[in-house]
Amino acid sequence: MSHAAAELAARVSYGRLLAYLAARSRDVTAAEDALGEAFVAALETWPRAGVPDKAEAWLLAVARRRLIDGARHAKVEDVAAAALHIVVDRAEQEASSKALFPDERLKLLFVCAHPAIDEAARTPLMLQTVLGLDAARIASAFLVAPAAMGQRLVRVKAKIRDAGIRFEIPEPRELPSRLEAVLQAIYAAYDSGWEDVAGADPRRQGLAEEAIWLGRLVTRLLPDEPEGRGLLALMLHCEARRWARRDAEGRYVPLTRQDVALWSQPLIEEAEEILAAASKAMKPSRFQLEAAIQSVHAQRAVTGHTDWEAIALLYEGLIRLAPTIGAQVGSAAALAEAKGDDAGLSALEAIPPEAVAGYQPYWALSAHLLKRLGRAAEAREAYARAVGLSEDPAVRDFLRDSF
Amino acid sequence: MKYTILIYESESDFSARTGGPRKEAYWGSYRAYTQALTEAGILAGGAPLQPAPLATTVRQRDGKRQIQDGPYAETKEQLGGYYVIDVPDLDKALDWAARCPAAATGAVEVRPNLPM
Repeated sequence: MSHAAAELAARVSYGRLLAYLAARSRDVTAAEDALGEAFVAALETWPRAGVPDKAEAWLLAVARRRLIDGARHAKVEDVAAAALHIVVDRAEQEASSKALFPDERLKLLFVCAHPAIDEAARTPLMLQTVLGLDAARIASAFLVAPAAMGQRLVRVKAKIRDAGIRFEIPEPRELPSRLEAVLQAIYAAYDSGWEDVAGADPRRQGLAEEAIWLGRLVTRLLPDEPEGRGLLALMLHCEARRWARRDAEGRYVPLTRQDVALWSQPLIEEAEEILAAASKAMKPSRFQLEAAIQSVHAQRAVTGHTDWEAIALLYEGLIRLAPTIGAQVGSAAALAEAKGDDAGLSALEAIPPEAVAGYQPYWALSAHLLKRLGRAAEAREAYARAVGLSEDPAVRDFLRDSF
Repeated sequence: MKYTILIYESESDFSARTGGPRKEAYWGSYRAYTQALTEAGILAGGAPLQPAPLATTVRQRDGKRQIQDGPYAETKEQLGGYYVIDVPDLDKALDWAARCPAAATGAVEVRPNLPM
């Protein structure tokens, strides 16, 4: 077994156990304390000696020894530790029985993305609890100081415990909006990994893969909710193009000029299958529509051209469901290709200016359309704003060269 | 688990209490809300409060008592009362908070009580 596979196995077992313990004690921190050393031991041992047959039981046995040691040191065992002891005992019985270990990770995901949890903390919390990523790694992926990220995570875990947030699957009437928050948090992890093209930034390496893994998990745990599949299809479509986003010299290549031979056909095929399965439910929604837009782009690998009319139509639907700035700018880009630059520009001008002051894609598209319309002075100004708002040096170079 | 629902009311909510066309609706909706809490068996306390101009804020500094007319903080919405409810978890508390009349006009804050 490869090192990566053994590490993933350790993360999976850790996530399941943490969810189990936290769901019963409502105390994520205590559950982490109980499992932390066992998890480190697993990360160390499993790649060498192989993943044990009863992975959860292995972790729990180590965790229990640590709990007993801890109690001996503390002499007077506090109530929380005692309660956790009982939960670990019960978990151990479950883990060593023949039946599959109960999977409470879905409840944990819903807790992480609970509306009472600070939105900025949701994705980090998910990565830490479900996947066992450490705060320092998460902090660097989100470009935050490790100490600040650590504090933020400590705060939200205290809130989960002390504010009495329950570990439950939301009721049917709440499920769509609560699921949206879970998916949004997963997408944020993907986005953070996506920004880092081709893994050039070691701090962000692999976060896109973790997000896709979480997407697969939600799809498996909630098979009847098409929106999870929509998000997974969207991420896979984007992932398929990872290697086409830069040329051999490391220069930025916009989607419309990417070499389709560099797109991953297996990922595209998987995305298409998942999206087709999602659309069978006949419940179109935000991520499904976004995936469908990427699916039309992917067709270029087969047909050699892009059906901008179809993309414009999908954006129209998307705006009706989720009128985000991103969707409005995307729609303007599609309109410019389908109906002409004037149509695209008026769609851009219809967006309230205060909403786009700091939104790079708006200025990049604006600049592009103004240039094609021969409005050089305005284009120059828009390019300057787009350059100023770009984080990625390759994108900055691309914009400067475009003018 | 006990939670306190803190009711922050707008100026127009406070004036609706004492007269005008909204008076009936104002008191009617709070009566109904209080009754619903009682019937659900979760009401554990609470009180309506007089408006903020009747507040007096006290600070003890360097052994001297400082008395100040008015509420602790001058904000657009002011504390108008509170309920203490006993429910199993935060989601239940938020469900009840959403039904509080002030949620639609001002704001309602939910805090878990510190167990003593």
